[in-house]
Amino acid sequence: MLKRKRWLFAIFAILPTLAIYLWVRIIPIEEVLRLSLHKWDLLSKNKPFIGFANFEELFHDQLFITSLINTTIIAFGVLVITIPLALFLAALIHHRTRSRFAGFYETSIFIPHVVSLVPAAMAWKWIFDARLGPLNAFLGIFGVHPQSWLFDPVLSIICVIVLCSWQALGYAVLIYLVGFKNLPVSLFEAAKLDGASGPQSFWFLSIPLLKPITLYVSVVTLVSGFNVYAQAFVLASDAQGAPGRQVRVLVLDMLENSFRNYRIGYASSEAVVLLVIVLVLTLIQFTLLRERGRA
Amino acid sequence: MSELVLTDTQELRASARRVANKRILNLGIDAFLVLFGLLMILPLVFLVANAFKTPQELLRWPPTVIPTNPTLSNVQAVLADTPLLRWVFNSFLFAILSTITILTTSSIAGYILGKFPSRTMSVLFAIILATAIVPFEVYMIPLYFQIKGLGLLNSVWGMLIGYLVMSFGIFLIRQNVIHSIPDELIEAARIDGAGEFWIFFIIVLPLLRGAMGALAVLAFFQAWTAFAWPLIVGTTRDAYTIEVGLALFQTGFTVDLGRLSAASAVVLVPSVTLFVLLRRNFVQGVASTGLKE
Repeated sequence: MLKRKRWLFAIFAILPTLAIYLWVRIIPIEEVLRLSLHKWDLLSKNKPFIGFANFEELFHDQLFITSLINTTIIAFGVLVITIPLALFLAALIHHRTRSRFAGFYETSIFIPHVVSLVPAAMAWKWIFDARLGPLNAFLGIFGVHPQSWLFDPVLSIICVIVLCSWQALGYAVLIYLVGFKNLPVSLFEAAKLDGASGPQSFWFLSIPLLKPITLYVSVVTLVSGFNVYAQAFVLASDAQGAPGRQVRVLVLDMLENSFRNYRIGYASSEAVVLLVIVLVLTLIQFTLLRERGRA
Repeated sequence: MSELVLTDTQELRASARRVANKRILNLGIDAFLVLFGLLMILPLVFLVANAFKTPQELLRWPPTVIPTNPTLSNVQAVLADTPLLRWVFNSFLFAILSTITILTTSSIAGYILGKFPSRTMSVLFAIILATAIVPFEVYMIPLYFQIKGLGLLNSVWGMLIGYLVMSFGIFLIRQNVIHSIPDELIEAARIDGAGEFWIFFIIVLPLLRGAMGALAVLAFFQAWTAFAWPLIVGTTRDAYTIEVGLALFQTGFTVDLGRLSAASAVVLVPSVTLFVLLRRNFVQGVASTGLKE
């Protein structure tokens, strides 16, 4: 009797949250999957089922392919810059935990991760600006000709990567710091007694021991890299101010297809492609972690 | 005898040298980290500085960190040109409401999922975690049509619907409930005749203060920095959040750097201050995201 009462409480207490989940998460996810198989141009009343036709069209759509390639380059570019740098910085910060400036190190590296994205992007827009930007002026000292960073298709992708890495770095450093703090101290003392130098124990002990953390941070960085949008929106506007023209990314292409071209079904199939990418990355993470656990 | 003394002093000297070397190395590391930290915040420092510069000074090389003739004209111009304060208010309302609902849903659901173990609850928890893998951008479009159907476009309420729950919040609270609230405590309260509601509000919630603080900061900043969702839900000038307003403002034909910086600084200064004040909460919250299996 008492037990049943307790159960009733549990069910009633969790029900509102579950209802919200159903409403704002489960149903939209199900809808996106369903719409991706339908042709729905918003203006037309009926939404015929067309199977995988949307996906077939996607992979012949030059704009989509460009966005997919750009997004992939950005995601992996950010990964390649962020992870080694974060590991290195976290090792140094951990080594200097007792330093007077330890708080400053953590805060200064972490601030870019929390500040509002658009104002931060604005700062970089100024830095990269072809006429006024300090980057060109700085490079001018070394005799490099001024570049129009934000208007060149290749350079503007680099700019987006730099901005995203600047933001992602703080998070990665923080997670690595937690990892460093959880490493077994005794192992490092033993290594020291055996004559291992600092860099040696970093290379042969810390890096292998931190592998699960590296895996986790890499997947998080890649997933957020594939969802890049605001950075490209702000940095890569064209001369007329149309956002994101120089660097087309997946989310931008998706939103443009649904709100400018009114092709909801088509845009949904793009969302599904994004979902598949994220799921594959997550799956890779889980499999690698499990393999480690078995070994 | 004298030989022995000699080796002693030699060893002493060697170890003194080692200590000195180590100190120099540490000094070098400190110098590097300070320099790196300064470089990280330099773009933001310049942004705030640029907000108070005259157009002539903006063009100067090398850029000045402290404006020589600080002017408020950029800030005034931006406030006159755009409903900047309205945007800040929208963002603030959106972030506060989202924080409140996320705290409410996460604390209740986290507690139930943590302290009422059963197969049903495990399945529910697995579903909640699974939805966390799916990025918001994936199901944004169907959600937009739901908001549209409810007639909530261009309102903070419409934006809020996307940010009512946070899977990580439920995960975090559940984790804390399991690790820091002993079953015996709850059992004892039950034996004393306490009702379930009373137990949750009087015993459990106060014990979750730390975790709730961390979650509150995470939830607030998540909504405050949201971009794509407010962009599609708010399409009228008065409905923009500050992020959206700024992003659209800067794509205008005449982009005035001073004004852009001024508008950005107005947003940046309070959020950086808030972060520095709440740093511990924030770091704790973010650090615990890494504990996910």
